Amino acid sequence: MTALAALIRRDIKIALRVGGGALIGVLFFLTVTVLMPFAIGPDLPLLTRLGPAILWLGALLASLLTLDRLFTADHEDGSLDLIVMGRTPLELACAAKALAHWLAAGVPLIVATPALGLLLNLDVTATSAVALTLLVGTPALTFTGMIGAALAVTLHRGGLLLAVLVLPLSIPVLIFGVAASQAAISGPLPFGTPFSILCALSLVSLVVGPFAAAASLRHGLD
Amino acid sequence: MRLSGRQIDCIRGGRRVFSGLGFEASSGEVLAVVGPNGSGKTSLLRLLAGLLVPAGGSVELEGGEAELTLPEQAHYLGHRDALKPALSVHENLSFWRDFLGGKAGDVGQCLAAVGLGHAINVPAAYLSAGQRRRLSIARLLVVRRPVWLLDEPTSALDTAGQNLFVGVMRDHLAGGGIIIAATHTPLGIEARELRIGGAT
Repeated sequence: MTALAALIRRDIKIALRVGGGALIGVLFFLTVTVLMPFAIGPDLPLLTRLGPAILWLGALLASLLTLDRLFTADHEDGSLDLIVMGRTPLELACAAKALAHWLAAGVPLIVATPALGLLLNLDVTATSAVALTLLVGTPALTFTGMIGAALAVTLHRGGLLLAVLVLPLSIPVLIFGVAASQAAISGPLPFGTPFSILCALSLVSLVVGPFAAAASLRHGLD
Repeated sequence: MRLSGRQIDCIRGGRRVFSGLGFEASSGEVLAVVGPNGSGKTSLLRLLAGLLVPAGGSVELEGGEAELTLPEQAHYLGHRDALKPALSVHENLSFWRDFLGGKAGDVGQCLAAVGLGHAINVPAAYLSAGQRRRLSIARLLVVRRPVWLLDEPTSALDTAGQNLFVGVMRDHLAGGGIIIAATHTPLGIEARELRIGGAT
């Protein structure tokens, strides 16, 4: 357990320091959300209707932006070799890294949501619904994105490949995340239905993600 | 404790790097892997560290802890120093101590032992190449592992650093350790030579 706690602590520390990914993600989220009203125009009912979708897309792109460095940084400086060699199972190490990434890059997005909701003319209920769906949905984004991040390391291609690999996997999360938020705002569906599916997606990715990522890292060792 | 390899074949990127390689090293011994560039010295070390899969042959460690694999009982010191520029010297080493686990020593003492005692709070980004190497060597000291796999360990070290490293290796050997080192320059310690590839 000390090994995993040490790994989580280290990754969070690096993310929060200068040049780390945590702040970049939030700034990107802010930029995307602020740009939308400019593009759509001052049509308040339309903004309200699109608000949850915009926030979800922003969060998705922001988490993708920082996922790129999840394994490549460790691969480039040789840390990944030592993590693979270590006595901690690689699956758990991957899960710890993803958890650290979520705490450092995912949670700030959720915290920023209420402020950004104001810009999109969302009321308190709508904003809290979006924040709640992001809270249960962003772990799924991180843990499925981790599979793409591991593949990008083993294929020696970062950036664009990651986006191409990860975005299709995130479609179900996006659908049910936005559906749950919309249900809370305007109905007619009960909030619980899409929300439970979103929870299920997160739980599945928590299980599948670490195993798939570890398998990819092991297979691609070089 | 005895580390031995038999008939090891290594293929990388479709190219046969070496084949039929055999070696043996016992407690207190240094095996110096020598050979020209591209002969497979690093490949052999990475293969022993479990970071490459051999195309054939076997590696065996006798007398180690039965429930642990060879990589779990080995330190690997590669070309890359596994340091995070954003973390301080002390934080870097503490992380590896906590992550690698097992019998662990005191971070401050190990840093003093490699001559970095004055720089514990400096971010690793500001270290010179030689200092980075010293910090990597401190990792070998802070967690005890019987087998050391060293890839050009003395590169970037000054004369004092090289002498210090010889002392570090001697202590490890006296404690019953095994060292496998890929090197171009003499290690400054009596070693058995394993020549691979190229003109023999």
